[in-house]
Amino acid sequence: MPDPRPRRGILLTALALLAGPGSVLASVLPDERADILYHRYEGGGVLIDGPSLLVRKQVGNSLSVVGNYYLDMVSSASIDVVTTASPYTEERTQWSVGMDYLRGNTTMSANYVSSVESDFDATTYSLSVSQDMFGDLTTLTLSYAYGDDIVGRADDPEFRRDNRRQHYGIGLTQILTKNLITSLNIETITDEGFLNNPYRSVRYADASSPIGYSYEPELYPNTRTSNAVGFRARYFLPYRAALEGEYRYFTDTWEIESHTMAVTYVHPVGPWTFSAKYRYHDQVGAAFFRDLFSRSQATNFRGRDKELSDLTSSTVQLKLSYDFIRDADGWGFLKKGRVTVALGMLGVDYHEFRDLTTGAPVGEEPLYTLDADIIQVFFSFWY
Amino acid sequence: MKLAKLGRIIVPALLLGGLSGCGNVEPWVKPYERDRLADPIMALDGDPVSSAFLKHVYEAREGARGGEGAAGGGCGCN
Repeated sequence: MPDPRPRRGILLTALALLAGPGSVLASVLPDERADILYHRYEGGGVLIDGPSLLVRKQVGNSLSVVGNYYLDMVSSASIDVVTTASPYTEERTQWSVGMDYLRGNTTMSANYVSSVESDFDATTYSLSVSQDMFGDLTTLTLSYAYGDDIVGRADDPEFRRDNRRQHYGIGLTQILTKNLITSLNIETITDEGFLNNPYRSVRYADASSPIGYSYEPELYPNTRTSNAVGFRARYFLPYRAALEGEYRYFTDTWEIESHTMAVTYVHPVGPWTFSAKYRYHDQVGAAFFRDLFSRSQATNFRGRDKELSDLTSSTVQLKLSYDFIRDADGWGFLKKGRVTVALGMLGVDYHEFRDLTTGAPVGEEPLYTLDADIIQVFFSFWY
Repeated sequence: MKLAKLGRIIVPALLLGGLSGCGNVEPWVKPYERDRLADPIMALDGDPVSSAFLKHVYEAREGARGGEGAAGGGCGCN
């Protein structure tokens, strides 16, 4: 049975904002480049893979246009699915187009993103303005995005619910020294509508059931407001290598609170560039999350999505790039070409969500853990 | 009283001076000192197609979202 993630719309909006001028300082248009990526995520009974193609081209001196095609092919027999539904396959296709217009020290951007799958459609419009200041040492970016989602059910053509999302962002990129660049981002997101997953259930203790518990549909609040503050600093080491540190604090009206940290080391050698990254995320889950409710309709709002549980995740990512076309010896109109292979190992320890496949006594099942491999192979061309 | 009068002159003068200074901040990292910042290894988002994918991976599996996006790579060195 399909298992859409209503939060995908949020991802789209974030992607739309990412595609804006904030990705470069305002007085320079983004590089003209094309990327073709193969991505693969495998873990916890889920396999998701597919391509992504991104092309960016300058038109005249002050306009840059960008297009992206992205496909997720999903084959899922995840822990949620095997305990309450049936394994399924699904496709999600995403298109986006955008433009950046440069005028003096100001860049204005507009983006449109559309994501379509059999039971979930998401559309996002975003606008942003970046201003370069203080001798190009500072860039201030203001962004806004509006998203509209339509949630359906594969087994009920009449089922249709709406979500509306609004993102408000402010970003500051600051060069502090000739070796250090930093950025600060503050983002508020509001959701209103049908925010839970139409397929997912919560379990509650039920003495009349032979297994000791039963299921009922989950029920989330109709609104959510979240605030996130992120800080990054990238430093050029005394030799040719870079070290980056990141931190993000997140909190929302569902009482989720998290800290995310990452450290990245980048080391080039001739045409090769090696990087290693460690990322750590720790969160307190939503107030209405329970692995096992004491009875049916025990609380006003109920959820058992493992993403809303208390959890800790960590990722190690290794990445290797090789420049097969270098700036000095371009091929025709191509100035540079690069191939990159990245391998990520993700581990998630859930502190409340239990593994019901073990057959242990009710409420004493072992806590669930997830291990996944994340593979990316991509070619990048600059022209 | 004298101090208050002095303050009425000095504070606006300092404010005015400060504000006018904002328009003419002398860049403390000169354009010719930005070669390291211009190195591709210093880009905050050197591979946008990859970072968008990873952002998607994490936001689908964790409760948090946002706070990473608006600022990114580049240093105004070109």
